[in-house]
Amino acid sequence: MSQEPKLLRRLLRAKDRMDAASHEEWPVPRLAEVSGVSEAHFARSFKEAFGVPPHRYLLTRRIERAKTLLRDTDLPIIDIAFQTGWASLGTFGRTFRDITGESPSELRKREQNTPNQLEQVPACYLNAANRPDLTIAVLEKRRQQADGSIAESNETESEK
Amino acid sequence: MTQGIGVVGLYVHDQDEALTFYVEKLGFRVHTDVRNGDYRWLTVQHPEQPSFQLGLFKPQAPLVDAATAQSLEAAVAKGAMPPLVLIVDDCQAAYKQYRVRGVEFTQEPVDRYGSVDASFRDPFGNGWKMIQAR
Repeated sequence: MSQEPKLLRRLLRAKDRMDAASHEEWPVPRLAEVSGVSEAHFARSFKEAFGVPPHRYLLTRRIERAKTLLRDTDLPIIDIAFQTGWASLGTFGRTFRDITGESPSELRKREQNTPNQLEQVPACYLNAANRPDLTIAVLEKRRQQADGSIAESNETESEK
Repeated sequence: MTQGIGVVGLYVHDQDEALTFYVEKLGFRVHTDVRNGDYRWLTVQHPEQPSFQLGLFKPQAPLVDAATAQSLEAAVAKGAMPPLVLIVDDCQAAYKQYRVRGVEFTQEPVDRYGSVDASFRDPFGNGWKMIQAR
């Protein structure tokens, strides 16, 4: 059954709040309260409305913001990690690489060496274009990549 | 200027509520409000921009079928409609004024790229960017 516009509008408030402060912690009770939805139903309703569970959505916003800061500033990477909501540099670096395929410093080097005309594009659209499309959970992605590399190395083995 | 865009419409869930929001909270004024049965053509205009009308339309039959109307209402409520931009002389001042009137801001004024911008939503989910004129 499709969701009522009134419910969707309330769920949008939770999304807006995560957008505005993605570095903050957003436990389900806090998000559910913003939306006026019971905790039991919040995650499911959010996923049904926006296609991703709330915390995966939050992760996309954090990665997006980290990519922007890496590109546009010379802030130390550890500062970027803390500013975008991670508790440790290690977790940030690992998650960032899992999602984007390169380390924060690699991305910074590549972006800063590429000429562009990004100032012509409104900032919010630029940011949205940076947002990873996390259609699968990060751990699931990690597992699939691991499976893939095992499959690849098996292939290499058999070619020999 | 003698040529240009005359009307652009938004989808809203409730035209009475839309009228209250756009007129009483944002300071627009009604340009046309005409009913024909269930259908209501409602447009507002910015007092300083009389050549442009903003339509506040309800997705409804017979213009769209009932299922499509429902999808459109859902898209609005999920904030999925295209962006709208309001130009103001002083973003901080407008922010304070609108906030007092109960406009739901999603971003406070931020100074960037040599201008100041804030974001708000109408009661239905349509997202506005409010940018200070340079």
